[in-house]
Amino acid sequence: MRHHLVLRVVSKMLIPFILLFALYVQFHGDFGPGGGFQAGVIFAAGFVLYALVFGIEPARAALPAPALRLLVPAGLALYTLTGFAGPLLGGKFLDYDVLAGDPEAGQHLGILLVEFGVGVTVSAVMVSVFYAYAGRTREVDEEDW
Amino acid sequence: MGAGAILLVDVALLALLCCCAVAILLARHLFAVAALAGAFSLLSAGLLVTLDAVDVAFTEAAVGAGISTVLLLGTLALAGRRERRTSGIGPLAPLAVVLAAGAALIYATTDMPAFGDPNAPGQRHIVPEYIAGSEHDIGVPNIVTSVLASYRGYDTLGEVAVIFTAGIGVMFLLGRRREDEEEKDGAPPGAAGRGAGAEDGE
Repeated sequence: MRHHLVLRVVSKMLIPFILLFALYVQFHGDFGPGGGFQAGVIFAAGFVLYALVFGIEPARAALPAPALRLLVPAGLALYTLTGFAGPLLGGKFLDYDVLAGDPEAGQHLGILLVEFGVGVTVSAVMVSVFYAYAGRTREVDEEDW
Repeated sequence: MGAGAILLVDVALLALLCCCAVAILLARHLFAVAALAGAFSLLSAGLLVTLDAVDVAFTEAAVGAGISTVLLLGTLALAGRRERRTSGIGPLAPLAVVLAAGAALIYATTDMPAFGDPNAPGQRHIVPEYIAGSEHDIGVPNIVTSVLASYRGYDTLGEVAVIFTAGIGVMFLLGRRREDEEEKDGAPPGAAGRGAGAEDGE
């Protein structure tokens, strides 16, 4: 897609905002619509757009596959560990009340950590799946479509 | 937006959804089918917004219209771009099944409580507790978030585990092929890897 000047320029302008919007959806999920799932897929969509317009190799350079292999389980681990912090601090599994001084602050902290774990795993899985598909595809001539 | 305007938007979106569905059925060029499926998802996201399910609409737009379309195109690049006509039972038998199932579903909706009815059984069981608790115990204005991450934390943990497992499965099945091919063909790394699924899609 190297000669599609308009697409390249527009994507270059949009991608930072897509990633920023994903972070907003992630961390503003307590107050507005959104949360880890939505933020994860929006973040991944920004990356997929980058890979579509600029090629898969620059995308792999920006977010290498080995890093993704770490991030995929890291999000789930963060969620699970946040869950186990409850029993360690004298509460129940996935009980956030005990995470901070007062229950409401604990709930805020717990939800923030858990949603972040969701976002990390979802975005890493989405980008990994895209890499897996894209890595098997040989370049297709435009006329072939 | 008044009720009339919402009705107008709903009817327009549903009509466009029907057009998309019929076009998907009729199209034989799978590139067009993938693009139409993306449009179908985007229209569904619009419908979900009119139902005030903004969180779901977000997901539908990003996953359905965005990433799924790209993955479908990636699959097409691997598997061929034309649908093969199959000879088998004609369209009448499947059409009859679809019509019967649809009629049964529509018949069943007459027993359902009205949309947004506060006295529906589903709204009365534990929902008032969540609504009150979300404000007083958790202090999170978005009740969807407090239910998803706190009240129903187990379920969400399970969902994340499902996504994790699906991702690991795809990585095992598809992720290794590229490196194997490079070793076998001796092709430069760029040749096998550069053609992202829809990279050259028009």
